Amino acid sequence: MEKILYLAHVESDGTLSKAALESLGAAVELSKKLSGSSLSVGLIGSQAEKAAGSIASCGATSFFAVSGPEFDCSRYSTDAAAIEALGRQTQATLMVAAGTSRFGRAVPGATFRLNGRIDSRITGFTVENNSFQIQRWFYRQRMMSTQTRAQRPWALLLDPGVFSPWAGQPGTTSVQSIAVNLPELRTRVLGTETATTGPQTIRPDAKLLFVTGAGWTKKQSDGQPHVKEAEDLIINFLEKTRASLGSTKSLVDQTGDGQQVISLLSHINQVGQTGSTPRHQKGLSTCCHGEEPHTVGWRFINERRAINLDANCGWAQGKADVLYVADAFQVLKKVNELL
Amino acid sequence: MSAFHIIVCGSLVPDPLQTLEPITSPTGPGLKNEAMLPAVLDPWAGHALYEAANLAKNNPGSKVWLVSLGPKAKLQQLMMTIAQKVPFELVAVDGSASGFTDPFEAANALSDAIAKIPGLDRSKLLVFGGCASASRDAGVTMQMIGEKLGICDQFLAVDELSTPGDGSLRILERIEGGRYQVSSCQGAPAVLAWATGKLPVPPNNPQVGMMNMRAIMPALQKAVPAKVGSEGVTFSSVEVPKQKRETRIVKDMPVDEIAREIVAWITA
Ligand SMILES: Cc1cc2nc3c(=O)[nH]c(=O)nc-3n(C[C@H](O)[C@H](O)[C@H](O)COP(=O)(O)OP(=O)(O)OC[C@H]3O[C@@H](n4cnc5c(N)ncnc54)[C@H](O)[C@@H]3O)c2cc1C
Repeated sequence: MEKILYLAHVESDGTLSKAALESLGAAVELSKKLSGSSLSVGLIGSQAEKAAGSIASCGATSFFAVSGPEFDCSRYSTDAAAIEALGRQTQATLMVAAGTSRFGRAVPGATFRLNGRIDSRITGFTVENNSFQIQRWFYRQRMMSTQTRAQRPWALLLDPGVFSPWAGQPGTTSVQSIAVNLPELRTRVLGTETATTGPQTIRPDAKLLFVTGAGWTKKQSDGQPHVKEAEDLIINFLEKTRASLGSTKSLVDQTGDGQQVISLLSHINQVGQTGSTPRHQKGLSTCCHGEEPHTVGWRFINERRAINLDANCGWAQGKADVLYVADAFQVLKKVNELL
Repeated sequence: MSAFHIIVCGSLVPDPLQTLEPITSPTGPGLKNEAMLPAVLDPWAGHALYEAANLAKNNPGSKVWLVSLGPKAKLQQLMMTIAQKVPFELVAVDGSASGFTDPFEAANALSDAIAKIPGLDRSKLLVFGGCASASRDAGVTMQMIGEKLGICDQFLAVDELSTPGDGSLRILERIEGGRYQVSSCQGAPAVLAWATGKLPVPPNNPQVGMMNMRAIMPALQKAVPAKVGSEGVTFSSVEVPKQKRETRIVKDMPVDEIAREIVAWITA
């Protein structure tokens, strides 16, 4: 009989993020499929009551909250203490949470305190004959496993963008407040800042991922690089499409080489094996060659097209739906005119 | 200026350019020809090592240890490639570096090795590592090491650490949407799991290599065996995704037409 604890950190306005609602959707589905299981909710943050009301009809039998101003920010010591307390209070056997940056930092250590085990970056699960299996990738999205484990408590961090968000009626529910013993707080969160000085180019909710490769800074048919022109074309395209900007490793690494670079890009834009593997409906890769293993930056893009001068482009052959063998400078210029 | 005792947890992963094929062995999943695959220093742990060396250089009296869990023979090969990069003292733990081992077990083996390092001063201790490995890619091991060492100030996906000089730490961590969270920590001890950081890969320095190697060989000989597996985990399958797309290759289409097709697709 699994005791499922759904964990969420509450936004400052009392809402739950999309990733939090997705993991609630998964937790509710799991509790329905695992016969005899129970579902409780554990919320962190001072607006927990409001958040509990918004998901009152999710089917959970009890709601717990760790609130107080210390729990409004994303900080390891306070978050780990809150998660530990919620785990102990509910005697949870399965703890389900979104793999946000905040929970990615805090849930593993809290699970360790509970003498539990954790699996992260979960992209799917199945329940057959009351046996619960998860799916996750190994070797940076190169191979996928289906697996289960015997130890409890078992914490599950779910990849954002995979599960359908829970949707249901708000209501009223009673929330039991849990007291937490905090260690000395030695860390202060000062705020957030953008990673680049220019415009914000990473847009997780965009429909389109625009991937730029090192070809944009290479010598072109006239024997000269045209980096400024490339940058203008890219900025213009991003403004018009509101696409999210991804890059190959070669292109972002140039920022450390001292050569003329595309100023929009930082390491945070890098997709692939040592970058991110974002989820978007569509992806357009331009001037990317890449060896086969690095194209895992494409892994979670549904519809993929590529523009490259080289018909053997490794980003495209067998991996994209369409490869346009053409000059990306010319094509993007025209695309921008049409948009 | 403060002196730090910096532990970097990092091991080997298959060279990212290798083709990887999963196999099933009596002890669980593994990689075909795993022992033969050329290995590299796990990229994010590598960034942590370069950041550690830079921090140590700028804070005299600091020292860097690299704590590596992996098969001894492969660790030795790895050292040949990284010993020339930056000064460090190796602490080798002889066990599996497979991505399919459980992070809980890896964390236990690593924290046990750290706790035994002679002369380590907790009040100066910074535990560095990668924000995720390129093998297991779980992003949970460093936090568990920190817990086992009783460290309550932890940071994940760090791209920048600055030390204002009063012993405190100013840290930038990657969060959602291409932003950084900025935090200030009173000082060591702390755990920092690094993303890419800000430093390029250092060039090889033969003198550093020679100095490192003197201590590396004895460290490898002293490597403590650790049983690191995946107890309690049952894998029902591990597969490389098979779908290969039918790529429509469009050659000789006028630029205007390509642009129109792309715009129609984007705006659909
Ligand atoms: C440890 C390690 C980790 C790595 N991790 C990653 C990773 O996470 N992500 C990643 O991307 N790579 C990664 N790589 C690097 C990878 O091996 C490749 O070097 C890189 O992906 C290639 O980058 P690229 O496609 O931008 O550049 P290039 O290989 O230089 O290709 C440029 C392409 O641009 C095309 N081109 C040039 N001009 C035009 C034009 N006018 N119009 C159209 N096309 C044009 C060319 O035909 C060519 O195909 C990693 C490598 C290592 C060793």
